[in-house]
Amino acid sequence: MPDLSVRDTGLHLLRRPGLVLSGVVIALVLLAAVAPALFTGQDPIAGVPAERLRGPSPSHLFGTDETGRDVFARVVHGAALSLRATVIAVLVALVSGAALGLLAGFRGGWLDSVVMRVIDVVQAVPAILLSLALVTALGFGTTNVAIAVGVSNLAAFARLMRAEVLRVRSGAFVEAARASGVRWSGVLGRHVLPNALGPVLVLATLTFGTAVLEVSALSFLGFGATPPTPEWGALVAGGRGFLATAWWMTTFPGLTVAAVVLATNRLGRALDGERSGR
Amino acid sequence: MTGVSAGLLRIDGLDVTYRTRTGPVRAVRGVDLTVHPGQIVAVVGESGSGKSTTAHAAIGLLPAGGRVEAGSITFDGRDLTGLSEKGWRSVRGTGIALVPQDPTVSLDPVRRVGEQVAEVLRIHRLAPRARLAAEAVELLRRAGVDRPGQRARQYPHQLSGGLRQRVLIAIALAGEPRLIIADEPTSALDVTVQRAILDHLQELAAESGTAVLLITHDLGVAADRAAHVAVMSGGTVVEQGPTREVLGAPAHAYTRDLLAAAPALAGEPLRPRRPAGTDVLLAVTGLRRSFDGTAAVDDVSFTLTRGRTLALVGESGSGKTTTARMAVGLETPDAGTVTFDGEDITAARGERLRALRRRFQLVHQNPYASLNPRMTLGDIVAEPLRAFGVGDRASRRERAAELLEQVALPVSALRRRPVELSGGQRQRVAIARALALNPDLVVLDEPVSALDVSVQAQILRLLVRLQQEHGLTYLFITHDLAVVRQVADEVGVMRRGRLVESGPTDAVLTDPSAEHTRELLAAIPGTRVTAS
Amino acid sequence: MPRRLAQAVVVLWAAFTLSFVVLYLLPGDAVLTKLGSAEGGVTASDAEVAAARAAHGLDDPLPVQYGKRLLAALRGDFGTSVSTGDDATHLVLSALPPTLAVTGLALVLAVLFGGGVAVLGTYTRQRWLGQLLLSLPPLGISLPSFWVGLVLIQVFSFQLRLVPALGSTGFASLVLPAVTLALPTGAIIGQVLAKSLRTQLAEPYVEVVLAKGASRGRVHFGHALRGAALPALTLVGVVAGNLLAGSVVTETVFARDGVGRVTAAAVTAQDIPVVQAVIVLAAFFFVAVNLAVDLLYPLLDPRLAAPAARTGKVTADA
Repeated sequence: MPDLSVRDTGLHLLRRPGLVLSGVVIALVLLAAVAPALFTGQDPIAGVPAERLRGPSPSHLFGTDETGRDVFARVVHGAALSLRATVIAVLVALVSGAALGLLAGFRGGWLDSVVMRVIDVVQAVPAILLSLALVTALGFGTTNVAIAVGVSNLAAFARLMRAEVLRVRSGAFVEAARASGVRWSGVLGRHVLPNALGPVLVLATLTFGTAVLEVSALSFLGFGATPPTPEWGALVAGGRGFLATAWWMTTFPGLTVAAVVLATNRLGRALDGERSGR
Repeated sequence: MTGVSAGLLRIDGLDVTYRTRTGPVRAVRGVDLTVHPGQIVAVVGESGSGKSTTAHAAIGLLPAGGRVEAGSITFDGRDLTGLSEKGWRSVRGTGIALVPQDPTVSLDPVRRVGEQVAEVLRIHRLAPRARLAAEAVELLRRAGVDRPGQRARQYPHQLSGGLRQRVLIAIALAGEPRLIIADEPTSALDVTVQRAILDHLQELAAESGTAVLLITHDLGVAADRAAHVAVMSGGTVVEQGPTREVLGAPAHAYTRDLLAAAPALAGEPLRPRRPAGTDVLLAVTGLRRSFDGTAAVDDVSFTLTRGRTLALVGESGSGKTTTARMAVGLETPDAGTVTFDGEDITAARGERLRALRRRFQLVHQNPYASLNPRMTLGDIVAEPLRAFGVGDRASRRERAAELLEQVALPVSALRRRPVELSGGQRQRVAIARALALNPDLVVLDEPVSALDVSVQAQILRLLVRLQQEHGLTYLFITHDLAVVRQVADEVGVMRRGRLVESGPTDAVLTDPSAEHTRELLAAIPGTRVTAS
Repeated sequence: MPRRLAQAVVVLWAAFTLSFVVLYLLPGDAVLTKLGSAEGGVTASDAEVAAARAAHGLDDPLPVQYGKRLLAALRGDFGTSVSTGDDATHLVLSALPPTLAVTGLALVLAVLFGGGVAVLGTYTRQRWLGQLLLSLPPLGISLPSFWVGLVLIQVFSFQLRLVPALGSTGFASLVLPAVTLALPTGAIIGQVLAKSLRTQLAEPYVEVVLAKGASRGRVHFGHALRGAALPALTLVGVVAGNLLAGSVVTETVFARDGVGRVTAAAVTAQDIPVVQAVIVLAAFFFVAVNLAVDLLYPLLDPRLAAPAARTGKVTADA
């Protein structure tokens, strides 16, 4: 049985090279975040002044910046910080949003109305502006940026979770369980949650891409890590002054962000299709 | 392929294949079929038999992934296989028209009904622009739409299912086609509406000499309407010929099975009727419930004695399901009382109601929705036991195996999940779950209406056997009088929330006193087969 | 209608309250930071801080602060900018015209390209072309817009020298920022429209239309597109918000004047009154656009119009 399904999955993947490539990109970035030394031996902080503003070459894949630091090394070492911020953002959005949605959907009544009106208001303010307001209040820094991005994305999770809970709750199998004498707590734990969680987890993968973009945008605007700590958005911002002379300083960090977002979105859509296809 | 005998539509050796994720599936294999001008030909089969695919191939509208692999389709002497899209456009609408399966989703929701009828005339330039609206109204009138002038300006959502199907018939007739393909045209409608619409379609076709290829799962409908019938199973035509011969003296085993499984009105009940005892298990009096100001259930009373079966029968919206739900405490009545085994349970809530649930259980209509897709069958069947803390893990597992055996499922199914089962198997699981706590009363809400006829018969026999073995009392909700005859000791006929007639099954069915019961009886298709 | 208006006002009030909670209640003392940085990193004396707090009304108990600020906000007064001392409302509103010019152009581009890609991608019979077109929206959503802006400058200003790289004068300076801003928005429009077009084309009614003898064009443009445009319309509120929020990034990248730049500067300086004015302005846009959509929707979707209002009688049985 298991052998067969493994082989099936293998065949399935072979027919979808885009998905495989996305998986590889994500695996590489995760690896870079955990063990950057595997990818580069160069120092991301200390530059070699003699090698300032060199174009891409075998010894400096992504070229060097204005103080002679290896851009590739900075991108690789930036992975940890950028990914950590993204994961915090997604977790904040997922946990708080899902909890609110579950509460609203399962309890219903006035609590539902209150929670959903608050969610309405949160959605009336564009995510980036809301996270900017939060950063204004909380102060700058990668963790604060991550929390702000998470909070500004929680509304979608709350909505989806609530909708799923309501959908599953009105399903015939929930009524069947109730009609056969199962207590509400049992219905919630054994029927509603397991069936409602799938779509919410798919949203989490899709939000991962959004969070990477928003975190890097805020760090590009200068609200993230303080220099010279490498962070993807800040790396792009650092290359702004050298657009005409050193294109590689902005191009490669930007491409990295785009590749990660594309890969997670691709994965998210595959999960989504997988879920709705069955 | 010359001469008159070639027929209007001629299908020869048709093979259709669908490309799917798991590889190609041959949906139709070597089908031959001929429709002569003005003739009604029925194609009968259960789901997956390939009947609908054959019909769609004939109008060049196979679903995505479907392909005609071999064979020919000739219409009026013209080969349709390999026709260009432009060629098809000239055939569709004026040569061959379609009446689809589900009227509720078959009209563009954001366009007026009149426009949608006139579109056929517009496409084929059959009427001058200025006359389009008037022509559409006339077509609607001919299709039996009341107040056609007003209806033409309405949108689909403002019309009932029956009216929408009439609009679709008007669309099909607009181009004066020589052949209409009707794909289960009334299976989504109530029997009385079904009958009115089929009568009308038949009449119009006869008037204009239009041939009809009628696709149906209902042998009765085929028997009533068609001159010629083809029985399909597993993608092939197993038997065809004049209706009287095929259904009167079926040559193929499958046709015989199908006929035997069809719940005919004149057939024998599955079980001798039981006399009304004195031990009243369930009694409801003066039950009322309204939703948004309209009365769904209006002053309904009945009693059900132990060991018997009471069927509540009615069309959609008659209030039968709401009544049943109030009987088991899933819905609170606005007025009236529900008495279970001598105890007033109308106001029972919370733990008291939960304790009562040990004694009455419910089986849902749709076995595809009533089983949690993430649980194993063993867990599903044992869930009521778990909820009431009956036994330990091991003994519950044992009991689940025993229950599956009782509903004729293998014990190996314990570890499987609902997706791996067919509809009939799922309904068996739902029944096993309902029996887990040895209840006194089981409420069955349309337990067989989502299933194919042959499966229906199996489930009904299972229910009757279980009733005898366990001394169960059934409250049986259904829209199908033939099913009522097979299983019920007593029947209540509902219409618009009221119980219009009730009494012993045989008396009500042979000598109905209410007008509505007579209408329902007259509308049942297939009275001709059973008569012959 | 009065009900909808009342709802809109409630949302605005709630947005104000939300921004008050976020900006004035959360830890992190703006005045302290502000004074600290103004003194070049040297901590300000206690007396200076106290005076500044009093000047910005931060000494009152919170409910009093909230009441005062709400009353002031009703008059359009969000306080004075902590960094420049100007009226916050005036600061934000005077920056609005150049932002509106860019966002307006971006909206047009987004609708044209997003809609065009979706319609053409689902209509074309060339499989490769359809796949190519429909892969554009997911790509557009994945690109960081600050980086896209920089790449555009690199290519069109520095390499090809077609348009000025920076600044906010002349129509030519509008083009690159508008394209940058339009990209994610157009991608969202394209994605939603393509999805709902595909849903529409899979509806059973399409088969009936084809059975009438209709051409693909008639099915696509005469039936499916109208049904598909409706879900896309509900996006407009989100799209308007996104454009406004996106201008924070694009205006920074292209060094253009506007609300986005003012916002970025205000956040950098932790200039709370200005940030609050921007938030309420964004909520106002959202509410206004959604109000317009709500009013428009029943005119386009007959299912939402009160049936009685149109035809007098509703349903009857066949």
